[in-house]
Amino acid sequence: MESAASFFESPNPSRFKGVLSWLITMDHKRIGLMYLFAILFWFCLAAVLGGLIRLELMFPGENLMNADVYNSAFTLHGVIMIFLFIIPALPASLGNFFLPIQIGTDDVFFPRFNLLSWYLYMLGGLIAIVSLFSDGFPDTGWTFYVPFSISTQTNVSTAVLAAFILGFSSMLTGLNFITTIHRMRSPGMGWLQIPLFTWSLYATSWVQILATPVVSITFVLVLAERFLNLGLFDPARGGDPILYQHLFWMYSHPAVYIMILPGMGVISEIIPVFARKSIFGYKAIVVSSMAIAVAGSLVWAHHMYTSGMSDTAVFVFSLLTFIVAIPSAIKVFSWVATLYKGSVEMTPPLFLSLCFIYLFSVGGLTGLVLGAAGTDVHLHDTHFVVAHFHFTMFGGTGFAFFAALHYWWPKMFGRMYNFKRAYIGSILLTGGFFFHYVPMFIMGMQGMPRRYYDYLPQYSQGNFWAGWGALLMIIGIGVLLANLAQSFKQERNAEANPWGGVTLEWTVPSPPPLHNFTSDPAVPDYPYDFSGVVGAEHNH
Amino acid sequence: MHLSSSATDHTGKKMGMWLFLYTEIILFGGLFVLYAVYLTIHPQDFIDGGKQLNRIFGLANTVILLISSFAVAASITAVQKEQKKTALSALGVSLLCGLIFLINKYFEWGHKIHNDIFPNSETLLNGPKGLNVFFGLYYVVTGLHGVHIIIGMTVLLVAMIYTAKDKITADRFALLENAGLYWHLVDLIWIFIFPLFYLII
Repeated sequence: MESAASFFESPNPSRFKGVLSWLITMDHKRIGLMYLFAILFWFCLAAVLGGLIRLELMFPGENLMNADVYNSAFTLHGVIMIFLFIIPALPASLGNFFLPIQIGTDDVFFPRFNLLSWYLYMLGGLIAIVSLFSDGFPDTGWTFYVPFSISTQTNVSTAVLAAFILGFSSMLTGLNFITTIHRMRSPGMGWLQIPLFTWSLYATSWVQILATPVVSITFVLVLAERFLNLGLFDPARGGDPILYQHLFWMYSHPAVYIMILPGMGVISEIIPVFARKSIFGYKAIVVSSMAIAVAGSLVWAHHMYTSGMSDTAVFVFSLLTFIVAIPSAIKVFSWVATLYKGSVEMTPPLFLSLCFIYLFSVGGLTGLVLGAAGTDVHLHDTHFVVAHFHFTMFGGTGFAFFAALHYWWPKMFGRMYNFKRAYIGSILLTGGFFFHYVPMFIMGMQGMPRRYYDYLPQYSQGNFWAGWGALLMIIGIGVLLANLAQSFKQERNAEANPWGGVTLEWTVPSPPPLHNFTSDPAVPDYPYDFSGVVGAEHNH
Repeated sequence: MHLSSSATDHTGKKMGMWLFLYTEIILFGGLFVLYAVYLTIHPQDFIDGGKQLNRIFGLANTVILLISSFAVAASITAVQKEQKKTALSALGVSLLCGLIFLINKYFEWGHKIHNDIFPNSETLLNGPKGLNVFFGLYYVVTGLHGVHIIIGMTVLLVAMIYTAKDKITADRFALLENAGLYWHLVDLIWIFIFPLFYLII
């Protein structure tokens, strides 16, 4: 079994060599890696933009860019991070790679559509780049709120078209994953034997299918308004601009669960492996993933408390928002309970996962502050909101992405990285994170609005520290990625199961062969039974 | 080695198609939400707008689409019974129906535009607000539906060519079945559009 050639050496279809063996591939692992590198490119670009935004804000007044450039910079940062990084980050790259292996099959159900969705993703990215170099990049923020998005002279149309295409790509991936999980599980694998990462992808895929078409039609309407000027959202002509916000958030709030659910799945994989202990509350985690998918689709209007919605609507959406916090808290509880009395082995993926739990908890709790209608009126559109969603999106999904990258890196490339440098990078990233976003909470409570390129002098100290935090974070990201890249210099040295994992991906060679499994995989009765691993360690 | 092959799993293929149809329903669902809200805000203007649409044209198009849906269903049965010629002519009928639908739509839109009812026209800019919204939605919804008709016809045409080339046979007709499902959906959406815009009183 160890002698099987890895998927790097055996292209599918086999008649193609070199670049073509990647560009016209049906292999979910190659497609996953192509996503991974495209996603990392966009992440680095948007991170640099974020750094420039912070640099501008480090000192009062105009330093680096004027107000117009600043507007474009934060729009670009948001659009790239949301549509090109966070949404596809875990499902399309690592999900594509590991979902079929975790359920013991050789590919996704629709391999051609899988490749098509990669091309749609690249096309969306390309159009986003083109919009940069024509008529100026949109300055609307990533939400494209009307009426400004309809009246502004900048190139909103191309950016909206890009987002539409990216949405289509994300929908196809979701459709593919659901069908794969239903139809292609190894014959011995029942629903409650599916690993939790795959479960989280299942929940995510449903949200992708449920919500994405709403934003597609919303973007179609923005395009129609820009070209035909129908007046559907113009109160002077019978329309209602609040309806745009409803339609937009009907997708975009569920979308934050598209972003976080796979991250939660990753953490649910990593924690039990390094605690050498079965996950606490497997069923509770499964049910809470599905509960988040359902409840998360019903909370969208908590973005709109100050928009002039009726008080009844505000009350209902506030209540639903509190309800969605419960399944997230169940997961945090399960992770901590898994660590309790485990034989914990510290590794970079576990370290990043622990940072995730802390940062995500802060993000989740501050979310409740914003979900309560009373406090939200005070904090709406301030830096508090920005800090909150960076704690959940970066502290949550971002950290989970890096944890997953470090957890599965030896499996994907067959190479182990340097632990010490990985720790240094993680500590820089986490330390910088606090310097960056904690001052923003405080400034937000003091009333500093978001999306302004300048501020009153009393906010200068906080912004100064946040700037240094951003620098530390960028250095940390650089160290982490450089360390991973360094591993390419050495020979393939990773074992099939370097961590002692028990899900199916650890039973195949690193990197896996083209067809993943050389023989029918033996599906364990329970995906997190570590008695074999712990016993083997005793024998050493 | 088992490795369930996706190439022969018809249930899986149909499942993927149903999921896709579901996304299409949500896509139009967004527009129907807009319609519902604006109907509540401007009920009288919507009724006035509905009276300006030609019900004969609308009814004719509904019947045409129903016939074409029947033809597609018939073609699937014909393929299952290995009656290739019947299947091909049934698909031909459904394509023809799609074409007639589009021609009707062209004349309908042309008539409206001739009467100065189109986005940004004087009549709509200076008329009642609700009327502007009604016709704004009318153009977006029927336009998007028209695009779907064209997509559906393309898929049916591909299925027809495949049937002619014997790539779709009695034991391999997932593509035709999925094309048919798509066509039925496009038909179904029209069944909702027709009363909402033409029959509202």
